[in-house]
Amino acid sequence: MSDFSFFLEVVVGGLLSGVMYTLVALGFVLIFKASGVFNFAQGAMVLFAALTFVGFTEYGLPYWAAFLVTLVVMMALAVGIERAVLRPLLGQDAMILFMATIGLSIFLEGLAQLIWGTGVRGLDLGIPDDPIEWGGILVSQFDLSTAVMAAVLVAVLSVFFSTTRIGRALRAVADDTQAAQVAGVPLGFIWAVVWGVAGFIALVAGLVWGARLGVQFALTLVALKALPVMILGGFNSIAGAIVAGLVIGVSEKLAEVYLGPFVGGGIENWFPYALAVAVLLWRPTGLFGAARIARV
Amino acid sequence: MTQNVGRRDTAAQNTAAAPEDALLTINAIEVMYGRLALVLRALSLSVPRQGVVALLGANGAGKTTTMKAVANLLRSERGEITRGSIHYDGSRIDTLDACDLAGRGLSLVMEGRHCFPTLSVEENLKVGAFSRRDGGRAIADSLELVYSYFPRLRERRNMATGFLSGGEQQMCAIGRALMARPRLILLDEPSMGLAPLLVEEIFVIIRELNRKEGMSFLLAEQNASVALRYATYGYLIESGRVVREGAPEVLMDDPEIRASYLGLDASAARMGDAALADRRRRWLS
Repeated sequence: MSDFSFFLEVVVGGLLSGVMYTLVALGFVLIFKASGVFNFAQGAMVLFAALTFVGFTEYGLPYWAAFLVTLVVMMALAVGIERAVLRPLLGQDAMILFMATIGLSIFLEGLAQLIWGTGVRGLDLGIPDDPIEWGGILVSQFDLSTAVMAAVLVAVLSVFFSTTRIGRALRAVADDTQAAQVAGVPLGFIWAVVWGVAGFIALVAGLVWGARLGVQFALTLVALKALPVMILGGFNSIAGAIVAGLVIGVSEKLAEVYLGPFVGGGIENWFPYALAVAVLLWRPTGLFGAARIARV
Repeated sequence: MTQNVGRRDTAAQNTAAAPEDALLTINAIEVMYGRLALVLRALSLSVPRQGVVALLGANGAGKTTTMKAVANLLRSERGEITRGSIHYDGSRIDTLDACDLAGRGLSLVMEGRHCFPTLSVEENLKVGAFSRRDGGRAIADSLELVYSYFPRLRERRNMATGFLSGGEQQMCAIGRALMARPRLILLDEPSMGLAPLLVEEIFVIIRELNRKEGMSFLLAEQNASVALRYATYGYLIESGRVVREGAPEVLMDDPEIRASYLGLDASAARMGDAALADRRRRWLS
């Protein structure tokens, strides 16, 4: 095997795992864009969605039905969060909202495990994890499938945001909350939609990561991987989350393979955070974030 | 009522009377921010149907707070109306949410325009129609109407509003308010930061909208001379209360308003610069 095709293989592997990071980061970015809240509970939502899905399949529901039921549960959860947490805190400081989401995440973790138990459950999506050869490179079939799923998800979301009436209102709220309210856009409804979409993303991320790691408490930690992605891409850029997810995925794999041997390996786990710190020093708003257009 | 009654001129009282005819009535509202700062004190005013009412006052007098009180935006800034009430078209509105008003025909154009910078002009306008339920055809008609009043917006329809000039942004903000098919538009400092010619252009359009579309306006303005030329009635507020009200001609003749808000007579002399005072007299005579 030539050096170059080995390099390509590492890059492709990195891209595919980067897609998984993007999936988690997207949920954060959406909520941050629309409401200025860093939703600490996104990881808990991933766990909650995955546990609910697995729980329902254990009751004998077929996958598609379990998916739909879980989706409904996540939407109901979103409306509940809007009513019980966001609405009473309207107009409060971002830090207060952030703390509220920490509380929310503890509540969700507890609730999920109360209902579905604490045991580790396997989740088999029926996609084999065997590598297939593709132009001389070995590619994981599972990773490829998740990449396609993520790409479809992103495409559907961007059509939703750019062409529909609600998507437009959502971007308006992200741009200027007060002006959007004055224009007649009900903030509560938009927040419920955003959290619902974030719940949908959490469900997809939960399935993908759950199939990879098993459905267990550690899924909430997946959210930590989204942090460097958001720092790199910017907290309020969907395009940024996609690109940064891929960059993080590729760079951590390349670093592991090419730099790892010099420092004794194990780079993969901390490299994204080192990269994030470097980005913070060089460009605090991230590669794509907060490039607010303004002409005075 | 308030201790200001004695200072109000009587002709004005007659015009402003009979609040049941008025489209908008503010009844002695008191506004507090953060439970500490009293910003409006027993402020009352009314906007008659088809009226163009000017709300004049210096920086910090409470013009924007009045507008936000009517638009129900105070709560999101931790302010609240602690006393009094606001009625629009016969029903009380100060208990509603900010987003409920557009659907009832009351639109606010906020100070500083507040377009959605990443959305295109046309998207901005379409968001303005969010509260409407009368279908795409009617909304497309309104879009045409807005473009006919502001042809420049049509030229820029696909441009992100963040890239527009201040005047174009003001047009976009007014156009967005029009998309809700309002009967009353609150305009907060429409002239802010605009060149005099552009200010005139925008006020001419306001007058046209008032006459042709039958829309009423409440205009908060620091630029008293422009506002009074186009208004049918005016209020002057200071430290959160109404200190003068009346027909524009009456207000324009008021010596204190001439001095402090129109920059005529005494104010030039007060500057102590004789040359400047002369120049002002020459310009304004």
